Parts: sequence; C-alpha cells; structure tokens
Amino acid sequence: MAYASEIYFSLTPLLAVLVSPAAAILILLSSQKPNLRETWTVLAAVGKFALVISMVAPVLAGQYPAITLFDIAPGISLALKADPLGVSFALSASLLWILTSFYSIGYMRTLKEHSQTRYFASFAICLSATMGIAFAANLLTFLIFYEVLTIATYPLVIHKESAAAISAGRKYLAFLLTSGVALLLAVALTQMNAGTLEFSPGGFLSPSLGQATLLGIFILFLVGVGAKSGLMPFHSWLPSAMVAPSPVSALLHAVAVVKAGVFGFARVVGYVFGPGLTADIGAATLVGVLAGATIIIASLLAMAQDNLKRRLAYSTIGHLSYIILGTVLLAPAAWLGGLFHITTHAAMKITLFFCAGAIYAKTGRENISEMDGIGKQMPLTMAAFIVGALGLAGVPPVGGFLSKWFLAEGAVVSGHPVLLGVLLLSGILNAGYFFPVVVRAYFRPSKHFVRFDEASPAMLIPLLLTAAFAVLLGIYPDGIFRFYSLTAAAAFSVVARGAP
Amino acid sequence: MSHLPVLIPVTLLLSAFLIPLAGSIKRDFAFAIALVGAALAFAFTLAGLFTVITQGEIRYHLGGWAPPIGIEYVLDALSGFMATVVTLIGLVVLIYSRRSVLHEVAPRVVPLYALAMLLLAGLVGIIVTGDLFNFFVFLEISSISAYALMAIGDDRAPVAAFRYLILGSIAGSFYVLGVGFLYFSTGSLNMADVAQRLPELYQSRAVAAAAIFIFIALGLKMALFPLHLWLPDVYTYAPSAVTALIAPIMTKVAAYALIRMLLTVFQPAYLRDLLPLTSVIGWLAACGILYGSIMAIAQSDLRRMLAYSSISQIGYIGIGIGLANPLGIIGALLHILNHAFMKACLFLVAGNIRWRTGQWEIRRFAGLGRTMPWTMAGFSVAALSMVGIPPAAGFFSKWYLLLGSIDAGNWFFVAVILASSLLTAVYFFRVLEQVYATHTNEESAPMKASDPPLSMLLPTLFLGAGLLILGLFNSAIVTYILNSVAQPLQRPGS
Repeated sequence: MAYASEIYFSLTPLLAVLVSPAAAILILLSSQKPNLRETWTVLAAVGKFALVISMVAPVLAGQYPAITLFDIAPGISLALKADPLGVSFALSASLLWILTSFYSIGYMRTLKEHSQTRYFASFAICLSATMGIAFAANLLTFLIFYEVLTIATYPLVIHKESAAAISAGRKYLAFLLTSGVALLLAVALTQMNAGTLEFSPGGFLSPSLGQATLLGIFILFLVGVGAKSGLMPFHSWLPSAMVAPSPVSALLHAVAVVKAGVFGFARVVGYVFGPGLTADIGAATLVGVLAGATIIIASLLAMAQDNLKRRLAYSTIGHLSYIILGTVLLAPAAWLGGLFHITTHAAMKITLFFCAGAIYAKTGRENISEMDGIGKQMPLTMAAFIVGALGLAGVPPVGGFLSKWFLAEGAVVSGHPVLLGVLLLSGILNAGYFFPVVVRAYFRPSKHFVRFDEASPAMLIPLLLTAAFAVLLGIYPDGIFRFYSLTAAAAFSVVARGAP
Repeated sequence: MSHLPVLIPVTLLLSAFLIPLAGSIKRDFAFAIALVGAALAFAFTLAGLFTVITQGEIRYHLGGWAPPIGIEYVLDALSGFMATVVTLIGLVVLIYSRRSVLHEVAPRVVPLYALAMLLLAGLVGIIVTGDLFNFFVFLEISSISAYALMAIGDDRAPVAAFRYLILGSIAGSFYVLGVGFLYFSTGSLNMADVAQRLPELYQSRAVAAAAIFIFIALGLKMALFPLHLWLPDVYTYAPSAVTALIAPIMTKVAAYALIRMLLTVFQPAYLRDLLPLTSVIGWLAACGILYGSIMAIAQSDLRRMLAYSSISQIGYIGIGIGLANPLGIIGALLHILNHAFMKACLFLVAGNIRWRTGQWEIRRFAGLGRTMPWTMAGFSVAALSMVGIPPAAGFFSKWYLLLGSIDAGNWFFVAVILASSLLTAVYFFRVLEQVYATHTNEESAPMKASDPPLSMLLPTLFLGAGLLILGLFNSAIVTYILNSVAQPLQRPGS
C-alpha cells in the first residue's frame, strides 16, 4: 500500500516544539531592547518553519520522524511523532507565524502598544504548544500541549487590559478550561478502558467496549475539542475574544488555537475512534448535525455583525465546522477537503484579519459601517480582502474552492446530499456577509478616505503574501510546500483503514 | 545496622535544644544552627530513602531493645518518601525565613527557630516511628510546638492558636484512647506486631472503637472537613514563615498517619472492606473539596484564600485515601508532595508580598506583576499547578486520583475532582487578573521592579521550578517509590 509507513528516531519534532520557548526566554530577557527582542521572534519563526519543512519530504516518503522522551505517567510516554496530518498543520501554522511576526511588529509599533514583551513571549509559547499538539503521538501528550495553549493564549486575549478584555478573558477561560476538564475526563476514561492512548490511523478503540461507553467518551471528547474549534453551542468565547490585538485574532483565532481544536477533532475521529466506529456508534450523525447547524447559524450571525473582526469571527466559526464536517463523513474526499480546508481557510482568514488590523492601525476604525470608501485610501489592503472573501465564498481560483469541492464530493459519495445543500447555502451566505463590506469600501463615497495611504510595509507585505498564498493553494495546491500531498496522505491513511 | 531512621529526628531534636543556648550568645546563631540541623536531617533522609529503594526497608531498634518490648523506627518507601517531603520543605522554608522573620517578629527569633526545629523533629518522628505510643509522643511534640509557633504573630494569633490548642488536645486524647483500646485488645504497641495480631480480633468492638477514635484524631489534625475549623484563622494570623512551614507539611503528616494506619496497622482488609472507614473519609473529603473551594472564592485576603484552598486540597488526599485502591493512594501520596510544594510556594509568595507591601488584600494587588515579576512568576506557576494545568505537578496527582475514581466506578468523586479544578481556577485567576491586568492609577514613571532579596526570592522560585520538574518526572517517583507502597491495596483477582 502506498501509505505504508515506518517511524525513525529524530530530534526534529522536539526541536520544532522547543525553538519557541527558547525564544520566549530570550524575548523576556531582552525586554529593554525592542529590536533585539523582535529579532528573536523572527529567528524562532523562521527556524521553526525550517525544521517543520525539513520533515515534509521524509513524511511523504512514509518515514515519520518520531521521538519518545520519557514516561510522563507510568506506561504513557511523552512522545512526538510527525505524521502527515501533524506536519500539514504544523507547516501552515509555522509558515503563517513568520508572516504574522512581521505583521505583529508593524501593528504593535504603529499602535504603540504596551506590554509588547509579554505579547511576543506569549505568542512564542502559543506556537510551541501548537507544534506539540500537531506532533503529539498520544492523547496525554496532546492534552498537555492543548492545556498549555489554552493558558498561553490567555495573556493575549486580555492584552488590552480593559474591562471588555478582562471579561472576554473570563469567558475564554470559562469555556476553554471547562472543555479542558471534559477532555481530561475523556482521556482518563480512554486510558482506563483501552489501556493505551497511542494515536493510530483508523483508531484504536474497540467496538467491544459497548455503544453507550463509546458514545459517552466521544461526547466528552466532543466537548473537549469542540470549544476550541468553535462548534456551537461552545462558540461564544470566540467573538468576545476579538477584543485581542488583530495579529492575535489572525494567527491564533484563525490558524493556531481554533485549528488546534479541529485538528483535535481529526485526531479523535481518525486516530482514536476511527471513522467507521464513529459512524457506528451514532456519533458521526450527532457531529454532522451540530456542524451543519453551526455552518448555517454562524453565517447568519455573521451578517448581523457591524464590527469587522466579529463578523470574521463568526465566519471562522462557520468554516471550522466545514473541517469538522469533513472528518465525520466516511469518504476519503471529505477528509481530504476537510483537512485541506485547515490550510486554505488559514491562508484566507489570516488575510482578512490582517486587513482588518491594517485598517484599524491606520484609521482606528473597527466597524464596517464606518468604512465607506476605504478602498480609495487602502486599495491594496482591500484587494487582498476581496481575495480572501472570494475564497471563503468558494469562488475559484482561490484555495477555498478546492477544499469546498472535495467536501462536496465527499458529501455526495458518502450519501449525504443534505450536507451538499448546507455547503452550497453557506457559500451564498458567505458572499452575503462579505459582499456588503466590499461594496461599502469601493462604491460608497467618503469624505475621509481620499488619498492613497496604506498601512506600513511590515503590515502590508504580509497580508499581500497571505492573499497570494491563498490563490496559490487554489491554482497549484501541491505548491512548493506539498500541502496537498500531505493532506491526501493523512486522509487516505485514516479513511482507507477506517472505512467499514 | 544503619542508624539513619533515628538520626533524622535526633538531629532535629538536638538542634532544637542547641538553638536557645547558642541564640543567647548571638541571635544569628539560632538561624545558623537551624539551617545546619535541617540540612543534615534532609541529607540523612535522602540517604535513607536511597537505601530503602536500593536495599529495602530499614528497621532500627532503639537502644538495641527488640520489639515488641523496645521502640522500633521504620524507614520504608512510605516513610522515606514522606520524611523527604517534610525535611525538604522544612529546609527550603528555613532558608527563606531569616529575613522574613526579622522583618515580622524580630524579638522572638530565637524561640521561633527552636520551636520550628522541635516541630520538624515531631513531624519526622511521627513519620519514622513504628510504635503507636511513640507516635503519640511525637504527635504532642509537634502539636505543642505548633501552638506556640502559631501564637507568635499579630494580635489575633494567640486566640487562633488557643482554639487550635483545644481542638488539638481533643485530637491527642482521642488518639491515646484509640491506642489504649488497641493495647488492651492486642497487648502490643508496635505497629507491625499489632497488625499481626489484629486479624483475629476484627470482630471486636474495641478494635472498631479504636479505629474510629484514631481516625477522628487524625482527621482533626489533618483538617479533614468538617474538622477543619481551626485552620483558617491559624494560617491567617501566624507569621509568614511560620505559616509557610506549617501549612505545607503539618496536615500532610496527619494524612500520612492515616495512610500508615490503613496500610500497616489496621490493614486494608479491615478498614476498607470490613469497617468501611475509608469511604467515610472519601465522602467527607469530597465535601471538603467543594466547601474549601467555594469558601476560597469568597475570601478577599490572600492568606485566608490559601487557607481555604488548603482545606480543599487536603480533600484530594482524603479522596485518595477514601478510594483505597492503588491509583487512589498513589494520587494521594503524590498530592501530598505536590501540594506541599505548591502551598509552600504560595505562602512564600504571600510572605514576599507582605515584605513589600505590608498587606494581603487581593484587590490591592494591581500592578504587582510589574513590580514583583519574579515573585509573581512563582505565584503563576503554583496557581496553574493548583488548577491542574499540565505539565505542572498538580495535574498529575489529579490524573491518578481521576483514574483511581474511574477504576472504583465512583462518579461522584470524578465529578468533584473535575469541578474543583474549575473552582480553583476561579479563585486563582481572580488574583492573576488583579496582578497582571489591572492598572494602578499612577501613570507616572515606570515603577522599579522590587522583588524581595534573593534569600527570599530563590526559595520561592526553587519551589516554583520544582513544580514543573515534579510534574514532568512524576512517573519516576511513582515507579520507584509509590508503586510499592500502594501494592497492598491491590484487590485480589484484579
């Protein structure tokens, strides 16, 4: 079989995790020298990306770098393994971290933000936790990094230290710590029932545990990873968390944190239960209904938001459920579409958040109703915005089209035409909530925005690059970083083995 | 024959006697002797623990008199582990204490150190002794020195200490009564000997009464809900260093004693299966977890909050004892260690805050994250560990307790353990918010960082860093030490 694999000992996954905490220490030590401090961030981002990309070729050849450190509890090791699913997630997160780093520097300095040291240090820890989540070889390792990510994001959510930020922080913790507790119980139950926690493509839980037990464990997992992935009804922390600075919303609330949630979904469905068992115990239907409802409701709610970032947040909630939907359909195409959407949505949504941040940094405006005619002042930013918006609506040639195409194919092949309808409707709704922004920006007259005045290059260039990346994913999905092959390898290793 | 078991308490006892003599010459000698004594005791304990792991338990006959006539001291995996926890925390807190004590209660330095060493001697004595009556002697040594230590402090301290004295004396009398019943039932005071003779007497009412008396006594000393009433005031009004010494270890030693009674004296077959005292403890502990957490949320004073948090955390240990299965006891013992580190760290932080600001009102903590960055880093780690965020140590004791509860099919315990994580998060994040995200009104020049002097800061950070190391390497502790302790609880056929 083409996806037969073997593991080999390698320090690379560990280094990919450790490079940013090391940077975090250096960042804290150089708090008095902003330029040096930001150098560490950039170096760590580039280093991390280099480490991740060095693993792409071997992983595609079926050679998975892995390292088992020591027992974190008797019989359970702290172990990292870079498989195609993990590498594709780590790759998009680390690639976009580089761009976000430059963007952050531009954004934070333009706005003369306070506590920048804390900001950059927390950011580095978040990325480290994301790598740990991507490469975790078993559930306990996954849980550890998952909780670290929850905590490391908290200082970024409350960064503004305003009353709104603190209350958003409380909401964030209430949702995420509660879901973390559910995840902990799910992992503990898995350990007691199965005696192992090791991820394995196609799942390791046995049907002999009985439907009730399995469904109970699954629901706990659902709550556990559902909150981070914005699945309704656990989503409401995400729009509130938009009070965080834009680069945080961009990378964490569109790429790293929320994707860690859906990535967790993929791990649970594909590597703990297996798609077949998930369907047999009725969990797939449950998740399918929740995700389908989330897609539609989030899109409708997005339309009602005047604050641009909140509109983007609801859009994110909807799109995360695309991915969740992909993982519970028993078709390789659905998995492929879902997993590929992790990357394409990342590229598109980060572009949109970058645009929102650029507009805010330049003009101080956050509400769509105040952005009439802004296309005149910031034409490049708005062009990137259009690219991202088109992609999310599923218009070719932007990457979003491809993932949606595969998802649609998966929905049809697995015999769920209703879900095809959901996807199509969502495309229209996406257009519905992005179109007004574009119309206002270009076709409404404005007194304020009369001459060309873009955000600083540190912000402008990253957002143009991410827009280009989104298009590249649509035209040439295997691109330079082999995203398509990685996703395909992951999808087929899970579904080919897990299908009944 | 190795003298290690007896050397540990004797070293501490000797230094307790030397301190008043040397202290009358020069006040600083008191601290020096205390430090040397504690360091030596820790070294002996470590050597003892190592010997136990490599060569098995050490039994020492005091004065060469063989038991059951003579008094026996036993260093096995359980007592070795526990003695290490006590002497290590004692040493770290003593290193910290010098400036803090001079700052808060300068005139009473010499008696304070003498009493502190006496307290430590009593506590390790309880741990290493293999004799039920000798246990009582050490219990009284530790209790009486604790009353005196607690009474040093501000105006309200003597009243709080007096209340504890009354309850503590009741506990002491109950214990003696219990031991009396055991003695006239079995004719022996040696723990191993009593254990051997008890199975024939399992139906005896006197033995049941003994068990109940002893358990009430130890429950009181452990501050097991609802016998916790003495604790909050005592922790709040004593000097910082004293609280930091007493809070992490004293209640834990009582918990250790409960485990010792369960494992060695009465045996699981009796206390778990015949007279299900352990499950009573478990259920009370579960209530205590919830009660302590909720009360902690309601406090506005940091030290009072920590005191209630202790009541709640002791509940975790109680749940482990209540489960009385291997995973439960592993969780309980690991939590004894972890919580000792966490509480010591938190009370040292409280001492640091007192050192700089003179008060403990949480709402006045705004901006401390900027002015005391290192202290607050220690606080953050300890707080996250209390909440149970991995890889901090607190997560792992909860992990074993959770597995143990699932194993026992006790879903109420599962729910309590998980819910209390969230309640703990509520009261700790309330402080963290205040410390990091609330501005002081002065927008003047950036305040200079003013962490306390290194002699206070380093012990705080040592404990904070220790929490991460204990968390990452908990598996070694479980595999090499605790597994063998928990072995007798394995139910036949499972």
